[in-house]
Amino acid sequence: MLEIRNLRANVADKEILKGLDLTVRPGEVHAIMGPNGSGKSTLAGVISGREIYEVTSGEVLFEGKDLLEMEPEERACEGIFLAFQYPVEIPGVSNTYFLKAALNSIRKHQGLEELDAMDFLALVKSKMQLLNMDNDLLNRSVNEGFSGGEKKRNEIFQMAVLDPKLALLDETDSGLDIDALKLVANGVNALRSPDRAVVLVTHYQRLLDYIVPDFVHVLSAGRIVKSGGKELAQELEAKGYSWLEEPVNA
Amino acid sequence: MTTATKTDQCFNGLFSSFHEEAARRQPAELTALRDAAFKQFCATGFPSVREEEWRFTNVAPVERLSFELAKPAAGEISPDQVSLAGVRGLDSHEIVFVNGHFSAELSNLQKLPQGVIVCSLAEILREGGNKTVSAELGRQTGFDKSAFQALNLAFVSDGAFVHIPKGVVLADPLEILYLSTGGDQPTVSFPRNLIVVEEQGQLTVLENYEGVNAGNTYLTNAVTEIVVRAHANVDYYRLQCEDPGAFHFGSLQVQQEEQSNFRSHAITLGASLSRNDLGLTLVGENCEGTLNGLYMIGQKQLADTHTRIDHAVPNCLSHELYKGILKDDARGVFNGYILVRPDAQKTDAKQTNKCLLLSPTAQINTNPQLEIYADDVKCTHGATIGQLDENSIFYLRSRGIEEHDARCLLTYAFANDIIRRIKIEPLRNQLEDIVLVAQDVKAKPSTLEVK
Ligand SMILES: Nc1ncnc2c1ncn2[C@@H]1O[C@H](COP(=O)(O)OP(=O)(O)OP(=O)(O)O)[C@@H](O)[C@H]1O
Ligand SMILES: [Mg+2]
Repeated sequence: MLEIRNLRANVADKEILKGLDLTVRPGEVHAIMGPNGSGKSTLAGVISGREIYEVTSGEVLFEGKDLLEMEPEERACEGIFLAFQYPVEIPGVSNTYFLKAALNSIRKHQGLEELDAMDFLALVKSKMQLLNMDNDLLNRSVNEGFSGGEKKRNEIFQMAVLDPKLALLDETDSGLDIDALKLVANGVNALRSPDRAVVLVTHYQRLLDYIVPDFVHVLSAGRIVKSGGKELAQELEAKGYSWLEEPVNA
Repeated sequence: MTTATKTDQCFNGLFSSFHEEAARRQPAELTALRDAAFKQFCATGFPSVREEEWRFTNVAPVERLSFELAKPAAGEISPDQVSLAGVRGLDSHEIVFVNGHFSAELSNLQKLPQGVIVCSLAEILREGGNKTVSAELGRQTGFDKSAFQALNLAFVSDGAFVHIPKGVVLADPLEILYLSTGGDQPTVSFPRNLIVVEEQGQLTVLENYEGVNAGNTYLTNAVTEIVVRAHANVDYYRLQCEDPGAFHFGSLQVQQEEQSNFRSHAITLGASLSRNDLGLTLVGENCEGTLNGLYMIGQKQLADTHTRIDHAVPNCLSHELYKGILKDDARGVFNGYILVRPDAQKTDAKQTNKCLLLSPTAQINTNPQLEIYADDVKCTHGATIGQLDENSIFYLRSRGIEEHDARCLLTYAFANDIIRRIKIEPLRNQLEDIVLVAQDVKAKPSTLEVK
């Protein structure tokens, strides 16, 4: 589903990703862990098409198509969703309007009929329960004045409505209370299916108790330095990253 | 020293014929005032860009032209055109002027409550004026501060006179509609409004300037004076949708007495060159004054807004939020002056100007000017100038929304921050539609709600 080969990427002329390989097959859940500043958000940004990241070599294929050739909106329409580490506030645009515009844009791309207001609201209502979102949050401007946890829940709510094939979650668990963490995990688990995949970036083993990964990778200094099963996360929790880190080559 | 320009000569000619004729239908004291105002105008002439207040706005395009006084043309306007220009679907009292002249046929003033006066200023003056008019007309604006105010006063002829008696609430909004037809030659009109809301009175009023024949050149030089007495409450809306070839110079001067509340929302969309001067003087304690506005212009339009808030007494609140959206080669000017006099302790004044530049050739000059002579006050100001936020654009795109649509939606949202504050729902909807069309947003964001 997602094939990343020897990916190198710069931010502000500084190389952040230094030859990264990752393969994600349908149905799998991958967890990416790693120290602060190692390039996890950069990887998510490259996959979702953020322009500030300049890819200098390597390739990223999604279902066999060259992702790097696509605009961010095309990637979304192809079924990629990024839950942001820092969701953006957009005053003056309501959550519902925003989601309807997004959903219909994706549906149009997929050759489906656009949903009218009634069908859309029915869909929204069914997903609201899953994440325990209330009307007020939905009618407010996108993320405006939302608490940290509400923003994260809103990301997963958007994911549930847009129903992507590949979901990238960038530290969605950070800043969540226990109940919210369970809601978010439910949202993600509800999406799991044999033809979908999830890549989650996290610092904590705890999320992985609720969303059990098939693979755990350690990203350090721009490369995947170790991969393993879910036990690797426990090992990291106990030992930290220092035992893994490679000396950085100039 | 000023040299007589073509326009000075033109206005000299206009004035001598107008002055004599108007003297026959106006009280003598006003005739004398007009005469003095014109002398003042002749002494100063049109403002030049060397003057601080006019640094960024060159009125040479106005000076180059020869104007004639705009003639009554109510016959050329159909009631359909009036309802199209007004706010659709709004139950309102309507006073309509065509080329600055009152039209009884096009107006709708049948349902005014007992005691409320909304009428043509010309008619009042023909009857010799009344106590309120003689006391208030020209009192706030005078003619020594601005050439355009002087010129307007010199040519005072018609406009709306509104009087809300003590304790009276005018429930439906009042629309003051100025339609301009223009003509083969450039024409000029001088609308003059006087609005007095007595103690505990309440008024919602919309002043609306529209052109009906795109392509004509005309000048609107309008002055409005508003007196808000103690405990009175006024919502004032101003909509400037003049034709693309028009020039608009508009002044609003408001005086607030104690415990009164005044809110202004000024929307500037039209005219090739427009200048708005809005002045708010807080003379009674515990007042709240709001000046909000939106200018959304493109091509080679210029929109200049100068606001002036004078905190003369303690314990008053003023808020000011102006937003601009500039496309193409448009130019915006915003100058926000706040004066806090020595006595005005516990003043709370907040001013914000935000501007979006949607093209590399659009320009804005923004200048907050705070003069504070009291020590126990809270005064803040902020100005932001910029493009749309790239993080927001990416966020929308990452959800599948095309870049063009994302930009349009964010621009709409920027403007809607002002529009959503408008309390007259049909006006709000109409303006929202204008912004949606201008910004190419297909569906209406405000209508979708989860219940
Ligand atoms: N816009 C930018 N300009 C300059 N440097 C940047 C920019 N964005 C990221 N970086 C740098 O790139 C490196 C990788 O950042 P990235 O956000 O990918 O880290 P991360 O692994 O997600 O860290 P964290 O766990 O703290 O979220 C960091 O050193 C960061 O400072
Ligand atoms: Mg990160």
